[in-house]
Formats: sequence, structure tokens, C-alpha cells
Amino acid sequence: MALLQIAEPGMSAAPHQHRLAVGIDLGTTNSLVATVRSGMAVVLDDEAGRSLLPSVVRYHADGVVDVGHVAQSAQNRDPHNTIVSAKRFMGRGLADIEDVASLPYRFVDAPGMLQLKTAAGVRSPVEISAEILRALRQRAEAALGGELVGAVITVPAYFDDAQRQATKDAAQVAGLNVLRLLNEPTAAAIAYGLDNAAEGVYAVYDFGGGTFDISILRLSRGVFEVLATHGDSALGGDDFDQRVFCWILEQGRFAPLSANDARLLLTKARDAKEALTEHTEVRVTAVLSTGEMMDATLTQDEFNRMTAGLVNKTLVPTRKALRDAGLSADDVKGVVMVGGSTRMPCIRQAVADFFRQTPLTNLDPDKVVALGAATQADVLAGNRAGDDWLLLDVIPLSLGLETMGGLTEKVIPRNTTIPTARAQEFTTFKDGQTAMSVHVLQGERELATDCRSLARFELRGIPPMVAGAARIRVTFQVDADGLLSVSAREQSTGVEASVQVKPSYGLADSDITRMLKDAFTHARDDMYARALTEQIVEAQGLIAATRAALAEDGALLNAAETAAVEAGIASLETLLGGSDHHALKRGVEALNAATTEFAQRRMDRNVRRAMAGQKLENFG
Amino acid sequence: MAVTLSERAAQHISNFITKRGKGIGIRLGVRTSGCSGMAYSLEFADETTAGDELFVSHGVNVYVDPQSLSYLDGTELDYAREGLNEGFKFNNPNVKNSCGCGESFNV
Repeated sequence: MALLQIAEPGMSAAPHQHRLAVGIDLGTTNSLVATVRSGMAVVLDDEAGRSLLPSVVRYHADGVVDVGHVAQSAQNRDPHNTIVSAKRFMGRGLADIEDVASLPYRFVDAPGMLQLKTAAGVRSPVEISAEILRALRQRAEAALGGELVGAVITVPAYFDDAQRQATKDAAQVAGLNVLRLLNEPTAAAIAYGLDNAAEGVYAVYDFGGGTFDISILRLSRGVFEVLATHGDSALGGDDFDQRVFCWILEQGRFAPLSANDARLLLTKARDAKEALTEHTEVRVTAVLSTGEMMDATLTQDEFNRMTAGLVNKTLVPTRKALRDAGLSADDVKGVVMVGGSTRMPCIRQAVADFFRQTPLTNLDPDKVVALGAATQADVLAGNRAGDDWLLLDVIPLSLGLETMGGLTEKVIPRNTTIPTARAQEFTTFKDGQTAMSVHVLQGERELATDCRSLARFELRGIPPMVAGAARIRVTFQVDADGLLSVSAREQSTGVEASVQVKPSYGLADSDITRMLKDAFTHARDDMYARALTEQIVEAQGLIAATRAALAEDGALLNAAETAAVEAGIASLETLLGGSDHHALKRGVEALNAATTEFAQRRMDRNVRRAMAGQKLENFG
Repeated sequence: MAVTLSERAAQHISNFITKRGKGIGIRLGVRTSGCSGMAYSLEFADETTAGDELFVSHGVNVYVDPQSLSYLDGTELDYAREGLNEGFKFNNPNVKNSCGCGESFNV
């Protein structure tokens, strides 16, 4: 007979109508599926009792697809058809992948997202991820004894629109109903029950094999809000292995290594690192294929010394995230540890020292994200009474649009919580303008060309009006899954146009990091570029206005005065070609000063003209 | 009249209640629904209801309302593992036949 789980009071399901829901941590290296059984979140194991499913998919020529451990074991034998880390390619174009040359795959550049040529044909990262999700779905359905009503799938907090959409598409291909995409740090916080904890700010320190992410969350009135995220997409446990590997090479003084020996020593390095999480020293021995031998002891102190730099590297983004959130370490009420690398005592110590408190480590750091996702899935599937969680996530990079002069106007700033909608009014630039092009951008830079273009659309049918008279309201709306739609509406006529942004391809972790870094390092350049553009627009406007005034009222000036104004225009015009916005500003000021008297006379004359023939009472 | 828990079931229930952080026991019931007429319900109990029968089995409080009890008398609740799946199982001597999956039954 069917096996039952204990339900919340009054929440028993009718027979055959159990609302089976799971949480899935779709990871770069490993994936997990978890569910809530009798009120308790548990990770679901496979037949062999393993909870981690390697995120590896292998395609055979006959159409057979291996997923997980089987595929992983073929990685060295069949590298072209064995896809590892497909998550890195989700929603990305070929141009986005920096290390294309070092990857064994046969990439196909396709519009939108890259694809990979395998023995079974061309596959997109979405299809590859779908294979992983399908394997997890089958595992869950076997373990729960029925069909799933849906799943909560976690994504990195910095995943952009394209990457989130690609994740949703993969779930759909796998036959999973996505209840919600949930940010990984938020899931970790939920797993620790912080949603029921005291209000305040929490930090999620996620240190995996190859990436580091720090997120600052705020819990207020039962609502989670991601205040800031930062990270290093090229820093992980593997770097610690590398340090130990170097230490082994120093100890062993080996001749140049063969690939097999190098792999052996790297494994020894990892084993040593892992042993040091529980022991204060570890003996490292190895016999190479050349007959060379080593036997040395690595102490935890020595290990800590040689990896101190790496540990410190995680604290840089941590500081930045706190700064983005406008907080200091003392404001943080609790710290959640996620990812296998947080098992290292030196990491725990560094985090404890940094935040001046003991971080939360009692849940398995590899499982914590999946457990939190399962808890959220249970709520969304309707298995909890009275719980009314609204989880807020954050926009990783500012969203905005391009304005005249190629500048970026931010409509929704970075780290705004979602769902959100913001509107801003724009107007027409030319007399009789009947259409407006809306160019949607994502990024922190001041110039549109430095930001990522997400979409373009046109609002047509604006009634002809003088420049500046039309009122066009542009609304940016980001839904709970982080997907953007933009609409533009001319207020007087109600003409409307909109676009659901499914960007052609998106930004990945490293891109975001780079773009943010660019924003910081180029902040000064950007400021200059913006100042220069603004001054150019201003100078051009002033020159045009002065010329028009001279043409109309040149008679108000004597020859010398006219020459002075014209000299001012000429010198400002020569400055227009330069790139010094300070000089340009001085030029504008000089021309303004040179024309003050002229402007005064024009004003007086106009007032006299206007007053002529009027009776005094009209001015009362 | 009695309803009991197997030792394994009692252990799991205590564990679940501890993890949940609240609850005075579990509530077993029978509702009329499903393809064979009646169905079990199994819930955490946060409070007692007037008329509840209380059975204490291996230290766990089991609440049953009087109407349900007539269908559940003699039942032992067990915790079982079948393949990857695991959960609670009603061993109810009153059941004459049940639907294929056993989720609903009649007496």
C-alpha cells in the first residue's frame, strides 16, 4: 500500500492527490533533489545511497544518454560527448565563454545561446541541463511514489534574465513544473530556518569547488530580501588543492611530471586538504610512475599559512557586498556557510573573525541549498497552513534605457528587490516626432555602449507634437522569477508598445563580476565621459542659441561687441573637438559671460515691446 | 479499543516532531473520500479536540476522534521503506478491500 507522510494539521491530502513537491539545487558541478517528508526537509538519495548527482551528461551515438556518475566516469575517455558544467553555458553566447580554447567541446555558435556538437547531434545547454533535471525528477518520483506537482529550482543570485529563462526552459523540457526559481543564498537561509528567526541582516558565505559568492540578506516582517551579492567566479576549493599540489612538488623535487602523475599528486593534494579538516597534520606519501617517491607531513598551520592569501581573497568581495548594502560586519546577525570548501577550519575561522561570531555550520554545506529549496517548494505546493512567505530577490545589475547622446538612464538600480515595477517619463526630442525607439540596457556603466543590450522596441503612433510635449511613460516590470518586461505608453493618446525581454543571450557570473569591476575601475572614466557628453550637448545648445540670437537681434550689439561674441563662439567650437570637459565647461562659462550683456539687452527690449501699448493695470 | 505504533514508527514520529519544533503528538483519522470510499489522514497534532481518544504508544501521543476510531480499532501504524520511497503504513485489521494503492479502503 501507499506510504503516507505526516501532514500539517488540517492539511491532509485526498487520496492520490498528494502535493508532491521538490527543491532542486542545479549546480555547476553537482546537483541535488530534496523534499519535505513529514515536515522535515531531506535530500533524496539514489539507489546506491548517493545524494550528489554529478552535473555531467554524456551523449552516445545511438541516442542513449548517461547522466551523473556513469557519465562522469567517461569524462576522460570521451571528452567531446561528455558535457561537464553545462550551467556555465546557460543563456550565453560563444563570445561570453572566455576559456573556449581550453574546453574539449565542439561549440556551435547559434543565435541566442551557444550549442554543443555531440555524437547524438547538436545539443543546447538547456537540453543538457534538462537531462540532469529529468534524472532528478525520476529519482524524486521513485522516492515519493507519485508525480510531482512542481519544483523549486535554485539559481545563483546574480543570474540574469537569460540565464533564469534558460533554467526555466530546461525544467520545462524535463517535464517539471517550476513553482519558483529561488536564489541560492535565500534557499540556504531558509534551510537554517532563518525565516523564523529574529529580524535582521544575515550573510550567506558560499564557497564551492570553483566559485565564491557572498550574499547579504535582510529578513524583515517575515520577508527575505537580498541586499547585495558579490563574489569571485574563479576562486574555489580547487585553488587550495593547487597550493597543496605546489607544496608536494617542493617537497618531492620531482622531474617533470607525466599527466598521470600530475593527476595522482593533485588527488593526493585534495585528500590531504580534506584530511586537515579533521586532523592537525597529515602524512602525504606518493610513488610516481618514474619510481620517484615522497613522504612528508603537512601540518594544519603550514596549510593555513600557504592558503592565507586565498582565504583573504574571499574577504574582499565580502567587504564589497557589505559596502553595497551600506552595512558593516557588526550589523550581520548570522552567517550561513554553504559549499564544501566551508568545511575547512581556516575558512570557518576567517569568517568567524571577520563577522566576530561563529558561523552556522550544523547542516551539510553541500545540501543546505537543496534543503531550503525543498522547504520553499513545500510551502508553494500548498502543504503548509497559514505560512505566508513572500521571498524577495534582487536584480544583479541595473536595468535602464539609452537616452540621447548614448547615455544610460537607470530605471531600476542594482540590488533592487523583486518583484518590482518602476516607471519613468520620457519625451520626444524633435518636433513632430511620431515614434520613439526604446533600447533596454543592463549594466552599471554610464555609456550605453558599455552596457549589455537586452532588447529594443519601438513605440509608434505618437501624435505629432512639438519636441518635449509628448509624455511617454516607460515602465520596467520584473516578476518574482526575475524576468523583465518593458512597456512604453504615450500618456495623452494611450498608444502603447511593450516587450517581454527574452534577451538574445545573457551575462554569466564572470561577466557580471567583470562588468561590476569595470564599473568600479572605469567609474572615473565614465564620469569624465558623461561630463564630456553633457558639456558637448550644453555647448552645442549654447552656440546654436547664441547664433540664433545674433541673427535675430544682432542690431542690439555694436561691431566690437558682436566680434567678441563671435570670438567666444569660435573658441568654444574649437573646444568641441577636444576631450577635456573642464576646458569645455570654462568655454561655455566664458561664452555665457560674454553674452550676458547681450541677453540682458534682448530681455529689456522684449519687455519693452511686450509692455508697449499695454495699460499699467495689466501688469498688476 | 486501541491504536498502536510500531517502535520504528514511534521513533520517526518523535524525530519529526522534534525537527518541527512544536506539536503534542499525531492525529490519525479516517475520512470518506477516494476511490474505495474512505481514506486515512495522518497529521501532526498541535491541540486536542473535544471527544478525542488518546493512546500513548512508545511514548508518543496518538489522538483519534471517536468516529474514526471505529474504523481504526486494532490498527498498527508502521514505518516502512519500499525502494527509494519511505513513509507510514496503516496495518488495519478492519479493511475488507482497498484500492490498488491502498490509499483508500472500505470496511
